[in-house]
Amino acid sequence: MKIHEYQAKELFRSHHIPVPEGYVATSPDDACTLAGRLGRFPVVIKAQIHAGGRGKGGGVKIAGSLDEVRRAAEAILGRPLVTPQTGPKGKKVRKVLVEQGLDIVQELYVSIIPDRSTAKIMIIASRAGGMDIEEVAAQHPEKIIRVLINPLAGIESDHCREIAAGLKLTDSLAGKFSSLIEKLYGLFIETDCSLLEINPLVITAREELIALDAKVEIDDNALFRQKDVLKFRDVDEEDPLEVEASKYNLNYINLNGNVGNMVNGAGLAMATMDLIKSAGAEPANFLDVGGGANEEMVENGFRIILSDSNVKGVLINIFGGILRCDVLAEGVVKAARKTGINVPVVIRLQGTNVEKGREILAASGLNLITAKDLSDAAGKIAEIVGK
Amino acid sequence: MSIFVNKETRLLVQGITGREGQFHTRQCIEYGTRVVAGVTPGKGGQTMDDVPVFNSVREAVQETGANCSMIFVPPAFAANAIREAIDEAVDLIVAITEGIPVLDMMRTKNYLQGKRSRLIGPNCPGIITPGQCKIGIMPGFIHKPGGPIGVVSRSGTLTYEVVHQLSTKGIGQTTCLGIGGDPVNGTNFIDCLKAFEEDAETKGIVLVGEIGGTAEEDAAAYIREKVNKPVVGFVAGLSAPPGRRMGHAGAIVSGSSGTAQSKIAVMKEAGIHVCDNLGRFGDFCAGVF
Repeated sequence: MKIHEYQAKELFRSHHIPVPEGYVATSPDDACTLAGRLGRFPVVIKAQIHAGGRGKGGGVKIAGSLDEVRRAAEAILGRPLVTPQTGPKGKKVRKVLVEQGLDIVQELYVSIIPDRSTAKIMIIASRAGGMDIEEVAAQHPEKIIRVLINPLAGIESDHCREIAAGLKLTDSLAGKFSSLIEKLYGLFIETDCSLLEINPLVITAREELIALDAKVEIDDNALFRQKDVLKFRDVDEEDPLEVEASKYNLNYINLNGNVGNMVNGAGLAMATMDLIKSAGAEPANFLDVGGGANEEMVENGFRIILSDSNVKGVLINIFGGILRCDVLAEGVVKAARKTGINVPVVIRLQGTNVEKGREILAASGLNLITAKDLSDAAGKIAEIVGK
Repeated sequence: MSIFVNKETRLLVQGITGREGQFHTRQCIEYGTRVVAGVTPGKGGQTMDDVPVFNSVREAVQETGANCSMIFVPPAFAANAIREAIDEAVDLIVAITEGIPVLDMMRTKNYLQGKRSRLIGPNCPGIITPGQCKIGIMPGFIHKPGGPIGVVSRSGTLTYEVVHQLSTKGIGQTTCLGIGGDPVNGTNFIDCLKAFEEDAETKGIVLVGEIGGTAEEDAAAYIREKVNKPVVGFVAGLSAPPGRRMGHAGAIVSGSSGTAQSKIAVMKEAGIHVCDNLGRFGDFCAGVF
């Protein structure tokens, strides 16, 4: 689960990790009032959306007066912000963070991630802060410091010293830095983060270390034990159809194409999308109804696909294992009767109770196109939407 | 021959009295698996059909000599269940549970270091040696006993699709297993490749990957160095958008890493026969093997 920068900074504050003084505004008037509360200029106005690269898209502005605060807030709020990570449509900005400007001497980079291949927790740091870290890693790998921590043993002072030494920090800063890293690690573990990134972590003229930015993502699998963090979920940042699907425990992702598809199992769903694409069409979504889906989930999945107005045809691909073909067929027939099918539907069934499933579909009297295998299914749906 | 499991395997099921646990235990028994015990804390002394239920893995192992455990425990308690089986030195632990927190699995994987047990999964369909034993949730009837192909995959239903096409073409399997769709898992591709390479009856290997992580790249490097048997590969997710978790927790393209395109390129370079049309997978394998 993604959270906003201002929410990540709230988490930082509660873990005694220094962040600039700042407040969240939803209108230009608000922004001016809050800038006044900060007391001195410059202040920084930062768009709050769930995407990176905000600076590049014009979503971060520095203001030297209340007039400039108002103009910056007016330019950002209520409009879509396009960044390298949002796609061409951008994301509508509903909130800005109004923050105290700082006297910056140096910018560092720090992040913590779970390292899949070693099953250790990796701390990544660099003196090249404020830049795209993937680019730094590609062009100057020597500028990146990586330290692995066994989560059973936890963080030790040696780890912190190693990073501080790699960043060539002065002795007085190295002490502050180590204590900061320990707090960040603590936050990472306690809130089940899947990403914690500060870019940049700044050193000020007064030799303070302050998290100028904050990016935190929480492991979805751990949300059941992170009730305090759940309040940070912002459904405005999510696709409305995805929000609807999540109510039924459906794995649905809205995409740009026009072939809706419903598949059981994530791997098969991805492979089905690939087949649609290689047949010359574009998938409108990813939808994994899961191995243990029931009739209700199938029905809701089908309804959600059809409510996407871009969808010109639907491909249903089910390999019956735990999810039996007859259950799938019942769900589709019910959904079709309730919502009505307004586009052609191609169905490919295989596996457990396949004959029974085909009988139910045939007896329904609905206009469903059956495919004999995967290639046939992808070819048929591509032909239909290509007309 | 086969890898990891055969008709001698004595299975215990952790979480046997839950809905999923019961359903799949019955399916496994029907397939011929020797299910000797179940474990559900607080339900010791009961039976599930004819299978005795114990309060702990320790009791179950002591009483029945179980050497393999299949885990259906809910995500919040699954890591503890795995640890319990590790502590009793159960040879093989197959964790079906989906949705275990990543941090729990990182701890479990480090705990496993130097221990006797092998862990398959979590978030996996399990393992089957066709005609001998089925430990997991895959439909048994799609498999064809007798080999000569070993199948290893990060997916569930995609594996069924692949196996079904093999069987339809008359190509049998020695052992088929899913290593799971989570970012941190127990057994990896390389462990399975090594076992298949050493198994005399396995003449060829099918490896099914997907986007995210570097498991396919690591497997390709290993195959280039150590595997002499022919390998057919497939990677799902060519059309997946970056930064989105495609159902499996581990199936995510982060930045420019973990894409299907780059995995396929590395696999081809290592001499793996990569099939790019799932609809013709069976024909493709018939051509290679």
